[in-house]
Amino acid sequence: MKTVKHALLIARKDLALELRTKESLNAAGAFAIVILLLFSFAFDPDSEMVKEIGGGLLWLVFAFAGALVFNRSFARELPNDCLDTLLASPLSPASLLTGKALANFLMLLAMELISIVIFGIFFNVNWTHRFGELSLVFALGTWGISMLGAVFGALTVNLRLRELMLPIIIYPLLIPLLIAAIELTKLLLSNQAPTPSDFLWAKILVVFDLVFTALAIMLADTILVN
Amino acid sequence: MRDKLAIGLAAAASALLANNLYQMFMVLPDEALQGAIYRILFFHAPAAMVGMIGYFVALTFSVLYLSSKNFLYDSLAASIVEVSLVFSLVNIVTGSIWARIIWGIWWTWDYRLTSALVCILIFFGYLVMRRAIDEPTQRARLSSALCIFGCVDVVIVWKSIEWFRNQHPGPVLDFRTGGGKMDPAYSHVFWLNFLAILLMGVALVLIRTRQEATAREIDSLRRLAHTAA
Repeated sequence: MKTVKHALLIARKDLALELRTKESLNAAGAFAIVILLLFSFAFDPDSEMVKEIGGGLLWLVFAFAGALVFNRSFARELPNDCLDTLLASPLSPASLLTGKALANFLMLLAMELISIVIFGIFFNVNWTHRFGELSLVFALGTWGISMLGAVFGALTVNLRLRELMLPIIIYPLLIPLLIAAIELTKLLLSNQAPTPSDFLWAKILVVFDLVFTALAIMLADTILVN
Repeated sequence: MRDKLAIGLAAAASALLANNLYQMFMVLPDEALQGAIYRILFFHAPAAMVGMIGYFVALTFSVLYLSSKNFLYDSLAASIVEVSLVFSLVNIVTGSIWARIIWGIWWTWDYRLTSALVCILIFFGYLVMRRAIDEPTQRARLSSALCIFGCVDVVIVWKSIEWFRNQHPGPVLDFRTGGGKMDPAYSHVFWLNFLAILLMGVALVLIRTRQEATAREIDSLRRLAHTAA
């Protein structure tokens, strides 16, 4: 219970900082719009094909823009030795990691909401008819990305070439989650009835989230405490 | 002692490999449907198996490092990942050559091929990260954590292959099918070649572990000299 309370405290601190400076959200949001714009040159944005590749396009945007948020997540604690102070405080490393993941999750969801509205306008896709299910897929996919983002943001925070290391490590690990999220988003955007294999993709999302959240909490001491 | 063991294992692997090559090219006939190219599978599948076993042995050593803080386990984990990565590359390259002849394409985005590539990318990231960290304790701690995450991820990717339809041929080895899919003459050479590749892998790991330990020793002496100055 204490861990949850502390995690919420960290998330609140990060969100308050972000709302004051808006550095990650502005960068990630602008980056997402630029990528969506660039994709419009890669294929005919009015075609039926958009519904087929829309899921992939959106999740690539989320994953790329997410890396900007994760890079800042722990790096913003480096000036004035804030990270050392947080680690020396009574907070457990697990609550610090979960709190950071929660803040990342909410920031990414905000960015995703902006992105999908712009995607709908730019590519003429109606994404509202199964909004409830789409929100669930976004939430599950984003939690997995955010948790791994927090873990590897912490892991690479003191490394040389931090900005380069994070994508090299995190994207291959995210592949099962991205495949599952892309398949489900594609299904929901094209408003088709789900097949049994679609439920398996949903299971992969849930299993991925549970396994990596548990692993991150178990290894939080190893990742954060030197 | 370790050097002698490595030399002994390498010699045994070479002798076994020479015998297997003789069996493959001089004794076994061409396969009815695939012709001569099927012989590449004697290297393709064992390389994948040795590579995959290696990742999970590295996972064990990573967990052992985290629980004991003994640098030998870290050196072993890093060496095994390096050697396994080489075998995974052998697997991908030999598979591509086989696919070009049989399927007419070098690559297809089948789940099993994709997961083999993902596996390579995950552990390539592990090696890149190790090189980016100078401090040995931090390097060992963080790379052990990454190895654990990587191996768990490989399991999820691997399971997804079995759940979905794919283009890759189904299992033929007896322990996967319950028997009857592979001619015993082929199966005998296959397992001998698996043994040869496994022995070669262990010999390479022993050599690489010694290099890792020496590099760490030199590094700590350099740090000591730097501190004294």
